[in-house]
Amino acid sequence: MAKVFFTASYVRVILYTFVIHLLTSSGKKMHIVIVGNGIAGSTAALKIREGGDHEITMISDESEFPFARTALMYVFMGQLKQRNTLLYEPHTWREKNINLFNGKVVRLNSHTKSIFMSSGKQIFYDKLIIATGSRPVMPDIPGTSLHGVQGLYHLADLQTLENTVRTEKGRAVIVGGGLIAVELAEMLLSRHIPVTMLVREKSYWANVLPPEESAMITAHIWSKGIEVIVNEEAVEILGSNGNVCGVRTKYSGEVIQCTLCGIAIGVSPNTDLVKNTNIHVSRGILVNEYLETSSEDIYAIGDCAELQNADPGRRTVEAVWYCARTMGHTIARTLCGERTSYTQGVWYNSAKFFDVEYQVYGEIPSEIPPSVHTMYWKHPKENKSIRINYDKSSGVVLGFNLMGIRYRSSVCLAWIIERAHISKVMKELSAANFDPEFSLRYEAELKSMYHTLL
Amino acid sequence: MSDIYHGTWFSSLTSRGWAAWLLAVILTAGYVILYWFPSIMGLGSDGAANTGLVGLFDPLSMYMKGRPASEWFVYGTLYTMAILVMGIRFLIRYRGSRYQTYRTLSVMFFQTSFAFILPEILQGLNKPYYDFKSIWPLNHYFFLDYNLDAMLQAGTLGYFMLFWGIAAFVLITPILTWFFGKRWYCSWVCGCGGLAETAGDPFRHLSDKSTTAWRIEKWVVYSVLVFVILMTVAVLTTRITGFRYIMLIDSGTLSAWYGFLIGAAFSGVVGVGFYPLLGSRVWCRFGCPMAAYLGILQTIKVRWPWSDEKKRLSKFRITTNGGQCISCGNCSTYCEMGIDVKAYAQQQQDIIRASCVGCGICSAVCPRGVLKLENM
Ligand SMILES: Cc1cc2nc3c(=O)[nH]c(=O)nc-3n(C[C@H](O)[C@H](O)[C@H](O)COP(=O)(O)OP(=O)(O)OC[C@H]3O[C@@H](n4cnc5c(N)ncnc54)[C@H](O)[C@@H]3O)c2cc1C
Ligand code: SF4
Ligand code: SF4
Repeated sequence: MAKVFFTASYVRVILYTFVIHLLTSSGKKMHIVIVGNGIAGSTAALKIREGGDHEITMISDESEFPFARTALMYVFMGQLKQRNTLLYEPHTWREKNINLFNGKVVRLNSHTKSIFMSSGKQIFYDKLIIATGSRPVMPDIPGTSLHGVQGLYHLADLQTLENTVRTEKGRAVIVGGGLIAVELAEMLLSRHIPVTMLVREKSYWANVLPPEESAMITAHIWSKGIEVIVNEEAVEILGSNGNVCGVRTKYSGEVIQCTLCGIAIGVSPNTDLVKNTNIHVSRGILVNEYLETSSEDIYAIGDCAELQNADPGRRTVEAVWYCARTMGHTIARTLCGERTSYTQGVWYNSAKFFDVEYQVYGEIPSEIPPSVHTMYWKHPKENKSIRINYDKSSGVVLGFNLMGIRYRSSVCLAWIIERAHISKVMKELSAANFDPEFSLRYEAELKSMYHTLL
Repeated sequence: MSDIYHGTWFSSLTSRGWAAWLLAVILTAGYVILYWFPSIMGLGSDGAANTGLVGLFDPLSMYMKGRPASEWFVYGTLYTMAILVMGIRFLIRYRGSRYQTYRTLSVMFFQTSFAFILPEILQGLNKPYYDFKSIWPLNHYFFLDYNLDAMLQAGTLGYFMLFWGIAAFVLITPILTWFFGKRWYCSWVCGCGGLAETAGDPFRHLSDKSTTAWRIEKWVVYSVLVFVILMTVAVLTTRITGFRYIMLIDSGTLSAWYGFLIGAAFSGVVGVGFYPLLGSRVWCRFGCPMAAYLGILQTIKVRWPWSDEKKRLSKFRITTNGGQCISCGNCSTYCEMGIDVKAYAQQQQDIIRASCVGCGICSAVCPRGVLKLENM
């Protein structure tokens, strides 16, 4: 009898050890905790699920289901409902067995490998992915905490904006001249709110766009009825009874009366969670090429991550959608057993200035260096332009900048990667067009421009 | 293009508010009266003169075909007017887009000439009433006795109509779908599509995007296709053999039921009456047997004798522009066929779906230029 019992418990011990081994050894089933359910966190979660049966928990203090921040403006303009902006159908998460958890993570302990929720709940992890995104930068001037002064980043900002425009119908001043500034302007205009935009540079987004494109878009924004004040900054936001009532400008000293002040001077990585830990932070949470932070089993991806070894000529924090998504893919590979390094690849992005679409592939600096030749074509009447940059001495094509015209991503990127010669690009240019069928094509104009250059 | 639908979800008419319900009730009531109680519209019965609404259309009808208006003449005129007026509205809204401009002009043309003027003139000349672009199985009465008799008694023109009707189904449709996809018909030619794209444009976002809706769509639309095939086979067999109980029920009853359930109730009352509640393409998506046929042609893969691998018959697809998608959801929301376009775009996959009518709206509303309709 005793012998039987002994054997049974012996088997049990072996079984238990085996299960514990399964649970703990790397490459086997782990508990992966992701803080932040933006595009970075969500992509990581889904891709990890594709690659294995780890337990996955994704935590957010913002929304129950992951949604597209990029679509916030369309919700405000009544073009989309909040529900339309969900990244995936809500049932996806249940089907993929990914635990979604609502709440704020307030503290991280890398020694006990656990995080703490604001409710006091402690959650243990085997691997932790920090994907906490960015937050809007607030200028260091008086008055930013007044009612009616806000940035546009989180879902809550949309609600705040909605509440403000419901009661206040006065002018809005937008401080900043970048992508979010123009989105904010379009949103407010759709509610018939007059807008003034304060742009620090000499024209809209002049620190990114080459002068011609920048001038074209500045004029376009004016044509929509927005007052664009360039070479100007805010020095003080004025209030009365706690509400914003004006913005004082730096150089003219003038006060622009307003009931709303939108701040859109950029975003910075949200590194709150790693404050007071041993994890290294510079602007963002520092990661190596494997997206590993300085603390073991902790990774950072998306807007909050800063690359220690960025590619030459590239920024260490690239707070854009596709980079966050690619990092999500990369980390998933690593956690599913195939250690993969994050490569920045060829830069590309897209945006929209009211109805003018913008695409960029490769390197298009705002100031063209002398070693680079730039070929710029603009439609005589419409807001359409094509710019192709190539190296003067070697003829290697470096980048494409497009306004109001769509080019095919795969073709442009392939040319840049294979260091195609400009003559080849010119010959095959029609392969790059991605405009809808029957659209007018401008390859002939570009080609004749190229031939006059030769 | 992407500012066209600003405020859509704020308006009561376009967000299933009270105005939408009111319009749906009015439209539905209109169809019920048209189909089953035309006397309310003023149709004179037993030779009596028309009064009311129908009476108003007598002069036009007399001018076009020399006889007083019927309720169908009134319907045809109003339908064409709706496509023309709302078509102009659409053209103004999409004036920057050539694809949208051309296809809208195309549906306006086909409706006015092929669906409205030509058949009425034919009728005035005592020829069979025939809309040359209405193809079996959408034109479910093509093989019914009365229609075949009318064509067979109409001499050369009648024989041409019969030949054309069959060729349109067995030859023209597969060939054009091979080159251009389903869209050549649904977004460029068809009258139901024409109304959906013009008058239905304000309601396109109301289509149901859920996977449940997709599942229902597949069941229902292919069932209707089977129904129309069975009905037509039954009717033709009866014609040839004289035996009436082909499918256990009288083939005449079968075709009458098809006409009532599918031809009237589904395509009219639900299909158009419910525009403001269910979106503009409910009939096209769930009910149209022609759409089912075109959808099969659009997605089917074939192995040609000279090739080792299966290739998709149709060259049409929507391609996505690399990683440029920002998952905003505009494409899925404004897809009238309820296709979750974003689900494909954010995975960088081509969109090849049986139901896609190639309207191109997903491509037009995408703020990042991610989608392109192409014949590869
Ligand atoms: C209005 C707007 C428009 C944009 N448009 C574009 C565009 O067109 N193209 C483009 O490339 N990029 C665009 N961007 C930038 C892009 O949205 C970001 O690069 C991207 O969302 C970053 O994704 P992420 O997953 O890293 O972070 P986020 O999307 O910021 O997600 C982080 C999430 O983590 C949550 N979180 C943070 N800390 C905690 C915590 N302690 N506990 C729990 N949850 C926490 C946050 O609340 C948030 O929900 C836009 C940004 C904005 C604001
Ligand atoms: S997928 Fe695009 S083209 Fe096809 S039906 Fe939907 S909106 Fe129209
Ligand atoms: S394809 Fe375009 S419209 Fe659709 S989700 Fe992506 S960016 Fe938005």
